[in-house]
Amino acid sequence: MTDLEHTSDSALVPKDWTYAPAPEARDIVTLAERYGHFVGGEWIDAAETYTTISPATEEPLAEVGQATPAEVEQAVTAARAAFDDGWSSVSPSERAKYLFRIARVLQERAREFAVLESLNGGKPIKESRDVDLPLAAAHFFYYAGWADKLEYAFPNQRPRPIGVAGQIIPWNFPLLMLAWKIAPALAAGNTVVLKPAETTPLTALLFCDVLRQAELPPGVVNIVTGDGSTGAAIVTAGGVDKIAFTGSTEVGKAIQRELAGTGKKLTLELGGKAANIIFDDAALDQAVEGIVNGIYFNQGHVCCAGSRLLVQESIYEPVVDKLKRRLATLRVGDPLDKNSDVGAINSKQQLEKIRELVAAGEEEGAEIYQAPCRLPEKGYWFAPTVFTNVAQSYRIAQEEIFGPVLSILTFRTPDEAVEKANNTPYGLSAGVWTEKGSRILWMAERLRAGVVWANTYNRFDPSSPFGGYKESGFGREGGRHGLEPYLQLDESEAFGG
Amino acid sequence: MARLPVKKTYKLFIGGAFPRSESGRTYEAEGQNVARASRKDARDAVRAARAAFPKWAAMTAYNRGQVLYRTAEMVEARTAEFAELCSGRDEVERSVDRVVWYAGWADKFAQVIGSSNPVAGPYFNFTVPEPTGVVATLAPDEPPLLGLVTRIAPALTGGNAVVVVASETHPLAAIELAEALATSDVPGGVVNILTGHREELAPWLAAHMDVNAIDLAGADGSAPDLERAAADNVKRVVRGRADAQSPWEIAAFVELKTVWHPVGR
Amino acid sequence: MAQAPVLPRGFELPLEPRLPRIGSVDAVALEERAASLAKRSIKRDSKVFALELAVRMIDLTTLEGQDTPGKVAALASKAIRPDPANADIPSVAAVCVYPNLVPTAVARVQGSGVKVASVATAFPSGQSPLESKLDEVRWVVEQGADEVDMVIDRGAFLSGRYAKVYDEIVRVKEAAGDAHLKVILEVSELGTYDNVRRASLLAMAAGADFIKTSTGKLPGAATLPVTLCMLEAIRDVYEETGRKVGMKPAGGIRQAKQSVQYLVQLHETLGVEWLTPDLYRIGASSLLNDVLMQLRKERTGAYQSGDYFTLD
Repeated sequence: MTDLEHTSDSALVPKDWTYAPAPEARDIVTLAERYGHFVGGEWIDAAETYTTISPATEEPLAEVGQATPAEVEQAVTAARAAFDDGWSSVSPSERAKYLFRIARVLQERAREFAVLESLNGGKPIKESRDVDLPLAAAHFFYYAGWADKLEYAFPNQRPRPIGVAGQIIPWNFPLLMLAWKIAPALAAGNTVVLKPAETTPLTALLFCDVLRQAELPPGVVNIVTGDGSTGAAIVTAGGVDKIAFTGSTEVGKAIQRELAGTGKKLTLELGGKAANIIFDDAALDQAVEGIVNGIYFNQGHVCCAGSRLLVQESIYEPVVDKLKRRLATLRVGDPLDKNSDVGAINSKQQLEKIRELVAAGEEEGAEIYQAPCRLPEKGYWFAPTVFTNVAQSYRIAQEEIFGPVLSILTFRTPDEAVEKANNTPYGLSAGVWTEKGSRILWMAERLRAGVVWANTYNRFDPSSPFGGYKESGFGREGGRHGLEPYLQLDESEAFGG
Repeated sequence: MARLPVKKTYKLFIGGAFPRSESGRTYEAEGQNVARASRKDARDAVRAARAAFPKWAAMTAYNRGQVLYRTAEMVEARTAEFAELCSGRDEVERSVDRVVWYAGWADKFAQVIGSSNPVAGPYFNFTVPEPTGVVATLAPDEPPLLGLVTRIAPALTGGNAVVVVASETHPLAAIELAEALATSDVPGGVVNILTGHREELAPWLAAHMDVNAIDLAGADGSAPDLERAAADNVKRVVRGRADAQSPWEIAAFVELKTVWHPVGR
Repeated sequence: MAQAPVLPRGFELPLEPRLPRIGSVDAVALEERAASLAKRSIKRDSKVFALELAVRMIDLTTLEGQDTPGKVAALASKAIRPDPANADIPSVAAVCVYPNLVPTAVARVQGSGVKVASVATAFPSGQSPLESKLDEVRWVVEQGADEVDMVIDRGAFLSGRYAKVYDEIVRVKEAAGDAHLKVILEVSELGTYDNVRRASLLAMAAGADFIKTSTGKLPGAATLPVTLCMLEAIRDVYEETGRKVGMKPAGGIRQAKQSVQYLVQLHETLGVEWLTPDLYRIGASSLLNDVLMQLRKERTGAYQSGDYFTLD
């Protein structure tokens, strides 16, 4: 545990203070051996299944369904029936109360969901407990309040639901992304068919039990699990009026092509390569926390991650020194340990992608630094990494790595910072660190990004609209604006198609 | 032999506690002895509201919304009791739904009432609503529960603390509401409920220099005198209706603050 | 060890690379970081380690107008042997008393290894002429105090007379001779974390051996964020100059759980080298018994009662 040694002052200074394991109890979660799909308020048996695992240990957790096109069709039909048959005529205030119920149940069962999220997805329990779950419940709470107030959000527009929404979500914030999708869709009066990501189906499946406890009418929310082929079936299903997709830019483009000419509404929330910009008058230690939070939060599996650090040259050395020292205090390990800061990489596939890009970085001439940490034998792990000596043209400065890898570049003036920050096909987010208010606003005005964080990073709130410019997607989630994609309005064009 | 019920004592609700009137007086309403508040009770209530206001206003809007939703939970749970003290179950359900409606505005009305303003110059300019402070509310006589809830919910949603003069003829619903509030996570002092003679209490609240707004919903004939007294510290005078539901009801109890900041390198 | 650098008056650009810039502190981010560190779950043997370390770092304090030799004698006994039922519990670092009680304290801790710290310089207000403050310092040192806890002149600081604050610390350090000097910033009077950082750097530049949060006489006193702010200033001075200055949060730390949180913060900001009473003290009185109760709970598995621990 700890050894003490005598120093010249004859004071006992410990060589090391190791924290004992502090595991969150796993038995709060009860897993079934096998899950089907949740369609029309009931569990239907899945014709085909696959195994979902814990990425931290590679241990199998459950068999879940690999939805066939026929099963997808069944879900869409159920959603359509629920919409035509009742949900759209449930009074808005009653709709609101269902959503409030869902929010409250999620709050009650938050710990159970947080443990399952960390187990299935790999993120530290500290994050699922303190960020994912509270925000997911808050999203339902926030949108519940809009359900019977739509005419104030869209005056003179006769806001009406669209019908059936097909929703495809990623593996980085499984339950939170589910909340971001389902809450506004239901508040607006739609019904949904949602597919969680292939590697993280379990919290979505457990969510169906929340729906049971909230007594949500059958067919309003339908959940089918599966891989990309299931997603494709949802996109092309005839009975779906709107598609909402969060995931890679590559797949987003494919969906946009697929829907071209069909008249179906579409929103996309895709990748990013955000610049996190540090000026020389920034509050330094806090800026370093912001850098760390920007890229190592959730192992960097964040579309809006601050993956490019743009540091003003005059402050380069202190920032990099502090950053490297700070990296050494990051605890990488068991996601269920309450002291873990960085968890497991979500899948073997993602780990390989990270390794490939990091190797490319080294080959292209960047200098790599990795905090010393002991990584577990089993499971998918990657040490927090920093690249210096990075040129804009390197792959690690251009492509989204989606891992705990930071590329550091420098700039001299605000104009140069803006230029470099915007020099990317992406435009999801950006960070600005300076104590000067006017500069924050000046930079915010010029950064071509849907979310600008000043003197903070990775802050989310259901009332705050989120979404990208350019190839980071279109449409906004959160806030009053997050309702628009789920409504028919009198005088507006359908966004995106 | 029939069991003898333990009868309830109807007291005031001030600072989260249930004191009797400092004057020791009661009056009879709806067949019960009900505390008859004095001007000193009104003074104490305003003090409690003023003390509780900063904490309530500083909570996140989301948090306030959740507290108001829980108030609805507590009222819903007491539907049977409330139904006996007003026109019936229907009124109780409408009251619960109204509280839920306003709870849902807490973290949204700033997005509808506030704005970012495109001024003609290199400045960032935004307008935000802020609670006005302590609101004195004269609750309407009818409907006994719905009217009271209709008047206080928007003020609370806006972040204010309130001092209510309950309906003189139908005070019991107000006291039952106080009991529901006391179990609902609303911080003590955010809502204070005085029962008694409206004509005795209202002028003291209308003239009170530390009350920021007065809602004259239950004022009937005496409104002009109260409005005159309110002018002494330029109170916001709200002529509330007993059955209104709109975000502009919230707006009546907020101030608007506009902030400028230059935009430059 | 490098000389403490001279701080250029009012000038904030880093003129030489070896001078920590004053800069700013973002309050929201600082408080978040402090809160995040406070969430560490320290269990079992790592918890016992922290608790035992906390005991060894306590400056057991009594600073009351009503202090008597009898009170201080009892305090000294407790300081030497905190838990009469358990000889394995080490002594605390020091006792901390008012000047008049120094002779009693010195006599009572003689030979035990426990140090005597005396407050001085018109504690707690600091609102007296410099010469009288220096006389006080010289007197307590003569009486045998090992450590002097001084207060800065907050009136001078808040009215921008930083040079006066600086000069006073330099003179007090001189007057203290071999005794080591803790400089109390009285953070709850400084208003902002920016000021706390500025005062910390100033005190260290003037020769402080330790910087300390509070006199304990005002509500507020030590908090995790303000202590973190000061640790970051200490870290900057260490990185720039190689000089290690100690930290002492004081006031408001009553629960064992808090002491563990303070040590986690220390560990993850400055590293293992600072996990020693030579570089970290906790100014407290009732904390000691709570730590003893937690230690006994870890050993026996049962929650404890205050009845089983002596008050002094």
